[in-house]
Amino acid sequence: MMNLVLYVWRQKNAQSQGQMVRYDAKNVSPDMSFLEMLDVINEELISKGQDPIAFDHDCREGICGSCGLMINGQAHGPKKATTTCQLHMRSFKDGDSIYIEPWRAKAFPVIKDLVVDRSSFDRIIQAGGYVSVSTGNAPDANSTPVPKTNADKAMDAASCIGCGACVASCPNSSAMLFTSAKIGHLGLLPQGQPERKERVLNMVTTMDKEGFGSCTNHRECEAACPKEITVDFIARMNRDYLWASLTYQKPSARGGGE
Amino acid sequence: MQLDSKIPSGPIEKKWDTHRFEMKLVNPANKRKYNIIVVGSGLAGASAAASMAELGYNVKCFCYQDSPRRAHSIAAQGGINAAKNYQNDGDSIYRLFYDTVKGGDFRAREANVYRLAQISVNIIDQCAAQGVPFAREYSGLLANRSFGGAQVSRTFYARGQTGQQLLLGAYQALERQIYLGKVEMFPRTEMLDLIIIDGKARGITARNLVTGKIESFIADAVVLGTGGYGNVFYLSTNAKNSNATAIWRAYKRGAGFGNPCFTQIHPTCIPVSGDYQSKLTLMSESLRNDGRIWVPKQKGDKRPAQQIPEDDRDYYLERRYPSFGNLVPRDVASRAAKAVCDEGRGVGETALGVYLDFGAAIKRSGEDVIREKYGNLFDMYQRITDENPYKQPMRIYPAVHYTMGGLWVDYNLMSTIAGLFIIGEANFSDHGANRLGASALMQGLADGYFVIPYTIGNYLANASLQKIDSSHQGVKQVESEVSERIKKLLSIKGKRTVDSIHRELGKLVWDECGMARNAEGLKRGLEKIPGIKEEFWKNVNVLGEGQDFNQSLEKAGRVADFLELAELMFMDAFAREESCGGHFRTEYQNTEGEALRNDIDFSHAAVWEYQGEGKKPLRHKEELSFEYVHLAQRSYK
Repeated sequence: MMNLVLYVWRQKNAQSQGQMVRYDAKNVSPDMSFLEMLDVINEELISKGQDPIAFDHDCREGICGSCGLMINGQAHGPKKATTTCQLHMRSFKDGDSIYIEPWRAKAFPVIKDLVVDRSSFDRIIQAGGYVSVSTGNAPDANSTPVPKTNADKAMDAASCIGCGACVASCPNSSAMLFTSAKIGHLGLLPQGQPERKERVLNMVTTMDKEGFGSCTNHRECEAACPKEITVDFIARMNRDYLWASLTYQKPSARGGGE
Repeated sequence: MQLDSKIPSGPIEKKWDTHRFEMKLVNPANKRKYNIIVVGSGLAGASAAASMAELGYNVKCFCYQDSPRRAHSIAAQGGINAAKNYQNDGDSIYRLFYDTVKGGDFRAREANVYRLAQISVNIIDQCAAQGVPFAREYSGLLANRSFGGAQVSRTFYARGQTGQQLLLGAYQALERQIYLGKVEMFPRTEMLDLIIIDGKARGITARNLVTGKIESFIADAVVLGTGGYGNVFYLSTNAKNSNATAIWRAYKRGAGFGNPCFTQIHPTCIPVSGDYQSKLTLMSESLRNDGRIWVPKQKGDKRPAQQIPEDDRDYYLERRYPSFGNLVPRDVASRAAKAVCDEGRGVGETALGVYLDFGAAIKRSGEDVIREKYGNLFDMYQRITDENPYKQPMRIYPAVHYTMGGLWVDYNLMSTIAGLFIIGEANFSDHGANRLGASALMQGLADGYFVIPYTIGNYLANASLQKIDSSHQGVKQVESEVSERIKKLLSIKGKRTVDSIHRELGKLVWDECGMARNAEGLKRGLEKIPGIKEEFWKNVNVLGEGQDFNQSLEKAGRVADFLELAELMFMDAFAREESCGGHFRTEYQNTEGEALRNDIDFSHAAVWEYQGEGKKPLRHKEELSFEYVHLAQRSYK
């Protein structure tokens, strides 16, 4: 069992100012997850009539991307390839002080305490993060073979959970890793080719418009990513962007007719 | 309550085609005059919302998460079934249909299951076209693996993240429609009640989880794809916020609830480690392709797994079920694990666990091959338990995973309330008393992509709907009831936290209405639940305000509904005097300990009708007839 001192960011709502507040976490089991440790703190706070700490979480198995805390200045804490919900207290030791903050980025405004608004990510996807195939249009799945190496690489990119750790860890709050993962996933597959140019142009434009910063190659995102998505996808996106900027042709506006 | 299943006539393989032709259509120009509400953005909800928007309907989609991409479908690991027969191993639509009816222990509707098997092939095509990165062979063609309850390889997968990839496909289709202005998305918004005007579902009352604002939304039809109610057990593999409020509110407004006692306990989950435990984590069933399940032959054998020689190990599934071995259906595997632990042969500190051993597979194929297939699952296991499953066997134990029960629907997926459609896990339809692995993703997407877009048109084309808006008296009435309830929850200011009461309820449901049930235990549960309910309404402490981001208040509303739903589960389990699939009544078993069905008295779906506060609900029956798959004792030996 361990005793820890927590300093947690408390902020009533988007309008109010926040501050770090100290809490003592007693008798913490090393087998607890980080969020279970916070659950216990919250149960105590409620019993004392104090407002519990608000934080986003849902699946608690590292796949939904809801949770995300800055723990001692590191997105998702000290363990590599691990979301906050999958971080266990055995990564800390008795007597440690732990500083817990929300993701900090202009494009992720705080809603309350440790909860932030990440809807800017959805808007980046809206700008082109899909194959425009309506239900019912599909040919037989095996009529379009995909080389295994491409499929595997696409899967590496597609494993992004949209948690926002890449943005939070970046000194520029850039969303390049998130955006490039979707562009890389679809760009590696034959199904993604017809819209490849519009996709990269529109998604990058939206990313800039949402207030995310630029990439200056710190690679903090790669280190923080719980799904170990590499910055190779950023390089790939930059190549695609340049190529698309030089060669993209707007579709002809002429209508059909019978 | 009228239970007309509306199963089309004719031979089973023609029913869906005939029905599609006979249904009325809404012409493309008229579709944009209709408004449809979809609650939930998982596989069923997102695929339905996107597909209906593509057709031209105006869709409003709601989810409690901050983004539709986070719905709990995302956590499904193993795969999705489809009768493609790409492996040339004898699969067919008929075989998938047969396996599913049999796997469900003959408590599902044949016509629905057949349609599901037919549609399964279209789903794979659709998802591949969306760019879902399914696993592939070196030829570039799709790879398959096998799952429980089947002797063919028909499961498509994307590493151990199939649910994530399928959901992202549906989510991307949904985001495209949002961009095009055909779907209006309401994230962080929770449905708290259903609005019924002139006997038809016409909208929902919802709470904005950021501002606390209560608001009503009006539509011509309402679709619920809000998932299952496994969190009634407190500890389950569901997401922490998964809840039954939407379907429970609909039930209390008159929708029949089908087979609430049919819950699935998944055999391969990571065992509980302490009182603080907040949820349970599944280890995909696909692991049973290569992992062998065993316990020591001797009671209380405390030696570490590696030191127990082959002769002292009992591979009990392979021993009891030689033809299906480790790939028996989930209910069978779970009960077998419970049986060996009850004998005192469980492993780990709590002795509530069995080994899932990859030693033989690693020896046979090499660690690299196993890592490629299951790497992310092994990593997750190690993160949680701090044990290396490449070196020592995993410890697993059954945990609540899925609910086959849900709101009753007819062949069109419409509930007993006109204009209220239920899709995915939230309905009761296709899995009978036990769901086979890799069938949940199939059903969610079948309902959303390929069933509801047709059947909702038929409803709208035939319904005469008066024009209403949110100032209607009926709407105001529901809104004020919702606000009253919130006020009441905030005014109790007692001594117990919501979680502590939820845990208490969960333990009771697990003990008395879990893997094994009997009349005595169920009676005990029925006596205890009213006390827990009373404790909740007298002594719960919900802090903060309604007009605010308030997670305690969200939880309190959900637990209040679970308390009522648990009671219905117990009643249903008590009334069903037989064992079938996941519903195992200890009084009804054969000499070998297998579930003993009673087809004469219980070959029906039980559908419960709400009668008002404090009144016993009515139990109705939809008789099931089996014309194609003959009723037989399931055998996986």
